[in-house]
Amino acid sequence: MREFRYERATDAASAVALLAAEPEGAFLGGGTNLVDLMKLGVATPDLLVDVRRLTSAEVTDLPDGGLRIGAAVPNADLAADRRVRERFPVLSQALLAGASGQLRNRATTGGNLLQRTRCGYFTDVTRPCNKRSPGSGCGALEGVHRNHAILGQTLEGPGTCVATHPSDMAVALTALDAVVRVLGPDGEREVPIVELHRLPGDDASRDTTLRHGELITAIDLPALGMPSRYRKVRDRASFAFALVSIAAAVQVTDGMVADVRLALGGVAHKPWRATAAEEALRGRPATEESFAAAAEAELAAATPLRDNGFKVPLARNLVVRTLLQLTEGSR
Amino acid sequence: MDTEITLLVDGERHPLVVDTRTTLLDALRERLRITSPKKGCDHGQCGACTVLVDGRRVNSCLVLAVTVDDAEVTTSDGLAAEGEHPLHRAFLDNDAFQCGYCTPGQVCSAAGVLAEAKAGWPSTVTDDLTAEDVDLTDDEIRDRMSGNLCRCAAYAHIVPAVAAVAEAEGVRR
Repeated sequence: MREFRYERATDAASAVALLAAEPEGAFLGGGTNLVDLMKLGVATPDLLVDVRRLTSAEVTDLPDGGLRIGAAVPNADLAADRRVRERFPVLSQALLAGASGQLRNRATTGGNLLQRTRCGYFTDVTRPCNKRSPGSGCGALEGVHRNHAILGQTLEGPGTCVATHPSDMAVALTALDAVVRVLGPDGEREVPIVELHRLPGDDASRDTTLRHGELITAIDLPALGMPSRYRKVRDRASFAFALVSIAAAVQVTDGMVADVRLALGGVAHKPWRATAAEEALRGRPATEESFAAAAEAELAAATPLRDNGFKVPLARNLVVRTLLQLTEGSR
Repeated sequence: MDTEITLLVDGERHPLVVDTRTTLLDALRERLRITSPKKGCDHGQCGACTVLVDGRRVNSCLVLAVTVDDAEVTTSDGLAAEGEHPLHRAFLDNDAFQCGYCTPGQVCSAAGVLAEAKAGWPSTVTDDLTAEDVDLTDDEIRDRMSGNLCRCAAYAHIVPAVAAVAEAEGVRR
């Protein structure tokens, strides 16, 4: 592991200033992903600015029934928060479906959003990977890619990357229209969650649109007001990343879909907001046929790889089954 | 880069100078010779290094020692003020291990599971997310203990060991 300085700033603004002055530095939250990547030689910061005590570790009520989640709230605490369990069950379920009890105790909300892909070529410094080492190629494209992306990949050129985003929590936040509050050297800004993560495009090395030195301070959840649910399909029953997951919320009125939010995990470089499926569902009858048509509308753009074509019908069936479960009793 | 810290482990203070790269696990084992937390995968996947930090179970292999110099660390050795903890007795009574390498991590993790259940925390197999009380069924124990691997596969005995203490402590019906 490369040697590094460790600093605890006195407040968020000074942490931002410390990091902005050090191009190879990094913020340290719970460290459950970053420390691992440092051991692997994938991350090589020369300065760690510990921000776990600098941002809020509280969940507070917003006036409209929404919630503000401090960036330092541990994943375990957020999943167990009674307001989250009652108003945003999709978020509790997503958090509880991720990692292990030990990791959820240490990992923070802000850190969870910024965790890196678990692609085996990214985490192995002896392999080509455009995300870790731009221009070196993508080992997964023709290699082991059963658990890689089926949507929005870059399949040729220097940005080639077929990795997925590993977070469950981020998929739920995407369906919930969360707003990420960021403090940077030039002040505060708000980033809609769908604009936080990016597709590989021509530069797979950048996971997010954050600039160096920008710190996530909180995540705002607007009120939801409809039933929601997270489902995750994986190779083991527990402690495994998603093959495909879904965060869904739907409101049915008089047998018709009045409102719907859908996001998919395990299918792309970012949590995938299924806007084509949502579009196809709004105002339509809440039936299995509508749900299937919506799923197919979304997945028409899929470009599966040699060994992950199974994710297309898996995602389709997961959309249909989850919407059927959520609308049981209101259809 | 050397940094002065004080680790509070199982009730004892240990002033130390550590390289910032030192994990809590390595500080415990190699500097303080506290060897009940074990190094298995060293990547947060196996749970053999599980300890409690301020009462919460964590993978000590992923925690930098410099980040916990103001925290209370509890290892399997320190779970009971003296003698054995009910979990130690239950693991013995249920023959819940073979080689024993993962056991201190399993025991610390189980202590965390019991505390989380008492606090009413749900798991991914909990049907009713809004329920007040947790019932640590076998399925609940399996899910909540899934961050601890046992290569001897003593799981079939670990579940009843944890269940016995859960029942005695009122978090299993």
